[in-house]
Amino acid sequence: MAVKVSLKVNGKSVVAEVEERTLLVTVIREHLRLTGTHVGCDTAQCGACTVSMNGRAVKSCSMLAMQAEGTEVMTIEGVAHADGTLHPMQAAFKEHHGLQCGFCTPGMVINAIDFAKHHPDPSEQEIREALEGNLCRCTGYHNIVKAIGAGARAMAASK
Amino acid sequence: MHAFKYHRPSSVKAAAALAKGEAKLLAGGQTLVQTMKLRLASPSDIIDLGALQDLAGIQSDGKTVTIGAMTRHADVAHSAEVKKTIPALAALAGMIGDRQVRAMGTIGGSLANNDPAADYPAAVLGMGATVITNKRKLSPDEFFKGMFTTALAADEIITAVSFPAPKRAAYIKFKNPASRFAIVGVFVADFGSSVRVAVTGAGPVVFRQAEMEKALAAKFAPESVANIKVKQDGLNSDLHASAEYRAHLVTVMAKRAVEAALK
Amino acid sequence: MGAPLIGARVERKEDYRFLTGAGQYTDDVELPRQSYAVFVRSPHAHAILKKISLDQARKAPGFIAAYTGEDFAAAKLGGLPCGWLITDVNGQPMKEPPHPCLAQGKVRHVGDQVAIVIAETSAQARDAAELVAVDYKVLPAVVDGAKARAKGAPQLHDIAPDNTCYVWAIGDKAVADAAFAKAAHVTKLEFINNRLIPNAMEPRVANGAYSRADDSYTLYVASQNPHVERLLMTAFVMGLPEHKVRVVAGDVGGGFGSKIYLYAEDVAVTWAAKQVNRPVKWTSDRSEAFLTDAHGRDHHTVAELAMDKDGKFLAMRVKTTANVGAYLSTFASCVPTILYATLLAGQYKTPVIHCEVTAVFTNTTPVDAYRGAGRPEATYVVERLVETAAREMKLDPAEIRRRNFITEFPYQTPVALQYDIGDYNATMDAAQQLADVAGFSKRKEESVKKGKLRGLGYAAYIEACGIAPSAVAGSLGARAGLFEAGEVRVHPTGSVTVFTGSHSHGQGHETTFAQVVADRLGIGIDSVDIVHGDTSKVLFGMGTYGSRSIAVGGTAIVKALDKIVAKGKKIAAHLLEAAETDVVYDRGIYKVAGTDKQKTFGEVAFAAYVPHNYPHDKLEPGLNENAFYDPANFTFPAGTYVCEVEVDPETGVVKIDKFTAVDDFGKIINPMIVEGQVHGGLTQGIGQALTESCQYDATGQLLTGSFMDYCLPRATDVPFYQVDTRETPCTHNPLGVKGCGEAGAIGAPAALMNAITDALGVKDMPMPATPQAVWKVLNNKQAA
Repeated sequence: MAVKVSLKVNGKSVVAEVEERTLLVTVIREHLRLTGTHVGCDTAQCGACTVSMNGRAVKSCSMLAMQAEGTEVMTIEGVAHADGTLHPMQAAFKEHHGLQCGFCTPGMVINAIDFAKHHPDPSEQEIREALEGNLCRCTGYHNIVKAIGAGARAMAASK
Repeated sequence: MHAFKYHRPSSVKAAAALAKGEAKLLAGGQTLVQTMKLRLASPSDIIDLGALQDLAGIQSDGKTVTIGAMTRHADVAHSAEVKKTIPALAALAGMIGDRQVRAMGTIGGSLANNDPAADYPAAVLGMGATVITNKRKLSPDEFFKGMFTTALAADEIITAVSFPAPKRAAYIKFKNPASRFAIVGVFVADFGSSVRVAVTGAGPVVFRQAEMEKALAAKFAPESVANIKVKQDGLNSDLHASAEYRAHLVTVMAKRAVEAALK
Repeated sequence: MGAPLIGARVERKEDYRFLTGAGQYTDDVELPRQSYAVFVRSPHAHAILKKISLDQARKAPGFIAAYTGEDFAAAKLGGLPCGWLITDVNGQPMKEPPHPCLAQGKVRHVGDQVAIVIAETSAQARDAAELVAVDYKVLPAVVDGAKARAKGAPQLHDIAPDNTCYVWAIGDKAVADAAFAKAAHVTKLEFINNRLIPNAMEPRVANGAYSRADDSYTLYVASQNPHVERLLMTAFVMGLPEHKVRVVAGDVGGGFGSKIYLYAEDVAVTWAAKQVNRPVKWTSDRSEAFLTDAHGRDHHTVAELAMDKDGKFLAMRVKTTANVGAYLSTFASCVPTILYATLLAGQYKTPVIHCEVTAVFTNTTPVDAYRGAGRPEATYVVERLVETAAREMKLDPAEIRRRNFITEFPYQTPVALQYDIGDYNATMDAAQQLADVAGFSKRKEESVKKGKLRGLGYAAYIEACGIAPSAVAGSLGARAGLFEAGEVRVHPTGSVTVFTGSHSHGQGHETTFAQVVADRLGIGIDSVDIVHGDTSKVLFGMGTYGSRSIAVGGTAIVKALDKIVAKGKKIAAHLLEAAETDVVYDRGIYKVAGTDKQKTFGEVAFAAYVPHNYPHDKLEPGLNENAFYDPANFTFPAGTYVCEVEVDPETGVVKIDKFTAVDDFGKIINPMIVEGQVHGGLTQGIGQALTESCQYDATGQLLTGSFMDYCLPRATDVPFYQVDTRETPCTHNPLGVKGCGEAGAIGAPAALMNAITDALGVKDMPMPATPQAVWKVLNNKQAA
């Protein structure tokens, strides 16, 4: 059985014909070949699959594609400016060495951008709590926390 | 996950009509989708309530806060109305899962699932909230039946939950270090004439702690509960916390909840 | 050219692709006519395979093929080999039971592979795999290493009586016993070094393809060492010539040891690709990763330290049972022996050490090297003993260490290693200052006022990195040399591509190695690209593990660079019409000494490829050099960690208030990257001590089989770290580097547990110190 799901991904309208049981992340990775969104677990803890849906960070492995019907989704491929210049949050991750293997990074960045919209000058504790749904095995979070603080302030300053 | 038929009804009535047999209602899906992915649940049909916009939203008259069943945890946590009228409820919603889970998870879904370690049941029982369905209104005592079990009929859909505002309240949660569910969560609510203490995570289903309620009604202060020893009989025991440890934590969390409520 | 690049905080070249979703991890590789594999795995820890029926699976939609152990046996596929031979105390080789890619006759742990099922989509493969009917005769299981040798314990392998792989020893027991007999004080501890599950964020993936055109295979795999993977797979398992197999490990999402090994799935998809004549991809889900990625640690140890009346160490005795799981993984045998017992001297002049290690098979996932591999276990033994000894002897824990520090180098330990250099007082001094140890008692008073307990603990670790001098490794049982290869290819316009046998899966080699190359050649870092992870591009490589990349792989590149510079001199001499001996190379420019005649590196490179009037009798065109480097010794990073915790006695929650790490990694290429490595290592060490514990029930079911129960540290579990370095350059490699990848994971557990036991006022505390475990220990203490 197939269903049709229509949504906007990174500003482009997309229609995909999928099995009902298809997850949003599967549409993103396999149908749209946007492979920057990763799958790191099967119990919704790791957050590597985080995308922005209607402006909110959600876990694309924890929802059916059909649940995204009619929504606007942004993946990591849609974060940088059209000319390739990094978004301030991406730039902060680079500057503060907030990534190592890079696998958790897309989810971290997407979640951080959503968080920073509500916290223009976050405290260390606020940032750490905001990362409850994102696991990283490489960095010990130290530089991620620094990067998100700097990225949030850069986002606020660029408004 | 196993294959299923997908439905996206546009009314509660239509949803209820589909809800039979091995069909499952899908609210935010933060538990159900995981369970299906791991092939631990294999419903024949999924009835996605995502199109039922009417079920999302928060209303408050200063005495009662009514939250639509499809309201996301994040919306409750950030709601100015909820923060003003029942700040403990907003705080509780902000402790569920993580940011991303709170952006999708709903109060109706959480209550219908009735996970023994979920947070919302503590608020519902702790404030004596009313669970409103397409068929009736239920008190918490009527609603919560046991582990993952509620009074809901197969074609019964939660539409809203109505919370009476306490004079003061607080929820303190001791998280499972891995899953971040409650090992023990205690919701304490002082209604002036009465006090309610609801405990989640510790037992097979959320429960009230009568001895603490009585002591707090006499004097709403941390020391009233600090020395109450909770019996470990019937409490959950797992890798992370034995029944003995959970019993101990109920007292500690209750004490801290009272302290927080007084702040 | 500008400021020196070695020692500079250069932002990483690889970050742009990772930050924009342009990385190419193995699961991102989708081949034409791709098919998907799912493995049927044993739900039982120990069972006889009576019958496997594929009949129903074959009827499933999208089904392509399925194979069992019988098919693999018929195809004469070998078992997975172990790369290190340990000889036991009786001079006998260790017991090496067969490790079939798909189970044959018996399954020995939950998750053991029983069949591979291939279908058009991964969902269909899973549907079909569910229809494979397996009839098991369940046998009793043994999961606990300490119980595996007990009388009547279930036996895993016919060739390994009493489930014993080997009993191995190092040191002179009689001399040690004599020293203990004379000791003024003996400190004794018994503990478990808890089993861990590595959990790199990217689960393993293997995508095998076969080309009928030239009868060749390509395996895309998330691996830390593609050449070793190819060598093991071709020569030992599949019997294929190496030139017919290409292994590609592109972007890899973390390894920590777990992606060193040749796994059954890698072989199965490669072999199956030819059978179905389509690419076959298997992507592990996290639940499978918990069951099948090689686990780490799992030691049961009794350790004693003998001292004279002044706390001077006289001797150490250690007895360890190492649980290696159901089969010997690729390097399983050397981890609890060569990488463990040889480190028991620590930073101290302990004159006599005896260590006996018994390796046992159990019905659990195989155990192999996990970040630190043996060295965290050794450091835990030494540093828990030393700290406990100080408390028992009423000595300051820093002082007892200082009294025993090795201060003269080179130093020959009683357990085989020879330390080339170090300054343990320097790292101790710096750590004490940075951690404000002097202010601890005041902070403790403040904690007490709040009803909290505060404790401080040290760990002064040492590790042996840069594995390995091949001759030494060979004499200790390694079945391969452990050199590294590097190739520098200068392009006609002077840009450079460097091919390294090291592999980067988070370490940032594309940046660090480029810094070395750009610095040594005096060219811009943007003119240098580092290529790794593809056997068709890189000459050879032993891969990345054991903090060896910069010390061994980096040195191979330096040797190749030296050859490039030397050949460049010949070319420059020709262009400048000077004697080769008069040409000097200085940061990108060849000069004739004492003249103003010069040629840039780019001009020389161009001439190398466009050799007009070249003296072909003296010079070959081109500028491309290989080098292999076999280190003369291990490197010995060392440091002091200080951890300060505050414990909530009501709940047992441990909060890490301060964590200070001062390391000596020798020369540092990129401090930003080094700090990141330390942060990550510390967090994995903290994970071991505080949150992570792999647990099985008595029947061999994994109780901690997902992130719902296995607690990976989160951002809220750890503090900002205070890190610093001191530098004694390694004496035997040209860069003076030692390696930094594992230090944090090696030193952190002991520092943290020393702090917790200090806070609680107890001698023993099991890892991980979860809230419940701490609360229990406090309760027991009160009751006592």
